[in-house]
Amino acid sequence: MARSKFLVAALAAASLWTSSASATVLDNVKQRGVLNCGTDNTAPGFGYLNTRTGKIEGLDADFCRAMAAAVLGDAGKVNFVVVTDKSRFNALQTGQVDVVFAHTTIKPVRESAVGIDFLPINFYDGTGMMVKSASGVKSVAELDGATVCTTQGSGTEATLAAFVRQRGFKTTKVLTFENLEKLFGALQSDRCNAMSTDKSALAAWRGNSAKPDDYTILPETLNKSPFAGFVVANDSRWRNVLRWATFALFQAEEWDITSANLAERLKDDSAFVQKFLGVKDGFGKDFGVSDDFVASMIKSVGNYGEIYDRNLGPKTPYFIDRVGTPNAMWTKGGAEYSPPWN
Amino acid sequence: MTTQIAEYHGITPVRRRLRIASRWLLQAAIVIVAAALVIWLGVAVREALARKGIQFSFGYLGNVANFSLSEGLVLSREGSWLVLEGFSPSHSNLQALLAGLWNSLKVALSAIVLCTMFGTLVGIGRLSTNWLVRNLCFGLVECVRNTPLLIQIVFWYFAVVLRSPPANAAANWFGGLLASRAGVFFPGLVIHDSAGFASWGLLATVFAAAAACVVLRGRRSRLILLAVTILALIATVIVGFPLGLDLPVATRFGARGGFALSPEMTALLLAIVVNSSAYVAEIVRGAIESLPKGQWEASASLGLSRPHTLRDIILPQVFRIVLPSLANRYISLTKDTSLGIAIGFPDLFNVYGTVSNQTGRNLEGVVIVMLTYLTLSWIISASVNAVNAHVNGRGMR
Repeated sequence: MARSKFLVAALAAASLWTSSASATVLDNVKQRGVLNCGTDNTAPGFGYLNTRTGKIEGLDADFCRAMAAAVLGDAGKVNFVVVTDKSRFNALQTGQVDVVFAHTTIKPVRESAVGIDFLPINFYDGTGMMVKSASGVKSVAELDGATVCTTQGSGTEATLAAFVRQRGFKTTKVLTFENLEKLFGALQSDRCNAMSTDKSALAAWRGNSAKPDDYTILPETLNKSPFAGFVVANDSRWRNVLRWATFALFQAEEWDITSANLAERLKDDSAFVQKFLGVKDGFGKDFGVSDDFVASMIKSVGNYGEIYDRNLGPKTPYFIDRVGTPNAMWTKGGAEYSPPWN
Repeated sequence: MTTQIAEYHGITPVRRRLRIASRWLLQAAIVIVAAALVIWLGVAVREALARKGIQFSFGYLGNVANFSLSEGLVLSREGSWLVLEGFSPSHSNLQALLAGLWNSLKVALSAIVLCTMFGTLVGIGRLSTNWLVRNLCFGLVECVRNTPLLIQIVFWYFAVVLRSPPANAAANWFGGLLASRAGVFFPGLVIHDSAGFASWGLLATVFAAAAACVVLRGRRSRLILLAVTILALIATVIVGFPLGLDLPVATRFGARGGFALSPEMTALLLAIVVNSSAYVAEIVRGAIESLPKGQWEASASLGLSRPHTLRDIILPQVFRIVLPSLANRYISLTKDTSLGIAIGFPDLFNVYGTVSNQTGRNLEGVVIVMLTYLTLSWIISASVNAVNAHVNGRGMR
């Protein structure tokens, strides 16, 4: 027993060394020729395993593919590593993955104590509550005395405690489950009067249930949950490539460069677009990737709008409307915004 | 010791001393090297973490937790008093972990007592002469031992406990017990604030006398103690009884008042008790079968019936044999409580996860949790060893 613990510790120490031995993750990834990308496999619309196709699908999964296209020139060169809410930070620190996209909320403690750096926000979500329609509850104000359930590892636990205190509820119970599946099971069997997590996940589980009308998502939003990918701290070279690759997806939507019209946009005579797509004097070289890194992302996964529509658009069971939310393009009153590319 | 004495026999005292000294030196050297390795590893890990910009410190334990737990008691200071109270978000992270530990122990200790009793019965049942009883016990043991505990826990929770009537149609038994999906509510004891020191003192006397009555041998002392108990009880009622009954009342989302056993605790306890009982049953059965057949035959020739033989001849001997194996079982059982997170039970491991996520201090949390479980295992092992030394003392076997 003691010996095995010792071995584990030694291995952990060794892995910390090996991962800190090289200067930047970017070189490692290029040398390896494949991107190890951490993502969830149980979050419909973000990162989940489609049992029909056997592929991991979702907004987060597409971001993994886009990053592989940017760094390695091929969206297929991704090795998906499944991470849980709990393991996602450790997987990065021990060098198991190069980057994580797993519907992770940006929080100060994660950049101060955990030792990671966040990429730009790629989805704006908020904490919500879902109840059974049969309960007749129409607003969170009616939940005094109810049992509210959530999952561990999200930001929701702290949100709920603050919510109960603010409202002055006396006898509200908060239960914490291991994962969304058990959480939804507890709501189904009436152990919980309400389940609380990010609204996107609520919509997904409601959409996936046998009778979505049995469940009602309450209108209130309890807290902000901006999602972003993240990389290991203190590696600006690696972080900056992915940061600007993310911005490029936004910029491409703003300039209406899509996977469909990419061929003709490559012939665009605007100097900005030419530089952006790497036709002439691109940005890639100084970032340490090829000049056409934006073009190869658009070619394989499309711009941000396309990624959003494919995974969360009206044709999916998990439809989350962009109009009037921060997820809309900044030109349409939203918060999706790229710094200028010139 | 005896081997050493044999080894040092027939050599000069000086040489013997030298030999003993060299042994000590060698052992000390091994200990020093091991300690140095551990320290070196710790420093190395710490440096590697520092390179990644991660600091290792336990300062976060004093910070306010800011999350809720569904159950769990903490010790907190009120002036100069230490009081037990329910955990609330304004308590510190350390208190959250203690509340988690409290919950783990609550399940572990109840399960240890229950699985020993239930497991012994099943173990005897496996050797029953009745076909039905024997095969029922066999079936139970086989089912339980051949499926993963995690699945059993989830089964008990979702398929058994949460199938009880919903909160608004709670089954009301015996006027006081309410069973519903929101938990099992017993009539609780309430402490009246008006009670004075006198009545508390008398109540303590009642308990002490009753306990002594059970423990002490000898009829006269027992009778005296019984009389003391009854007299003290009567006196408490006259002075003002400090305890009262609090009956649970059904509300919109569950029940209020009384003493509640949450569905999570109920399911986890059921799962662990049933699971461990199967293992205890096998331990007991093996021990019974390992006793010489002559024991049964001898007691039968004395005219003792089978139940009598079991109670007075077999089980006392079995109890001595099984102690070390039971200790192992108790240790596994205690570690099994950490599976409670699957059904939302706020045990130590569950709370550690929440604290780590809120504070970003994962490594420190892992260290604390590992050391805690290690300490618990040691305590269980030491207590069983003490009992073992007591019952298998010199001249007992």
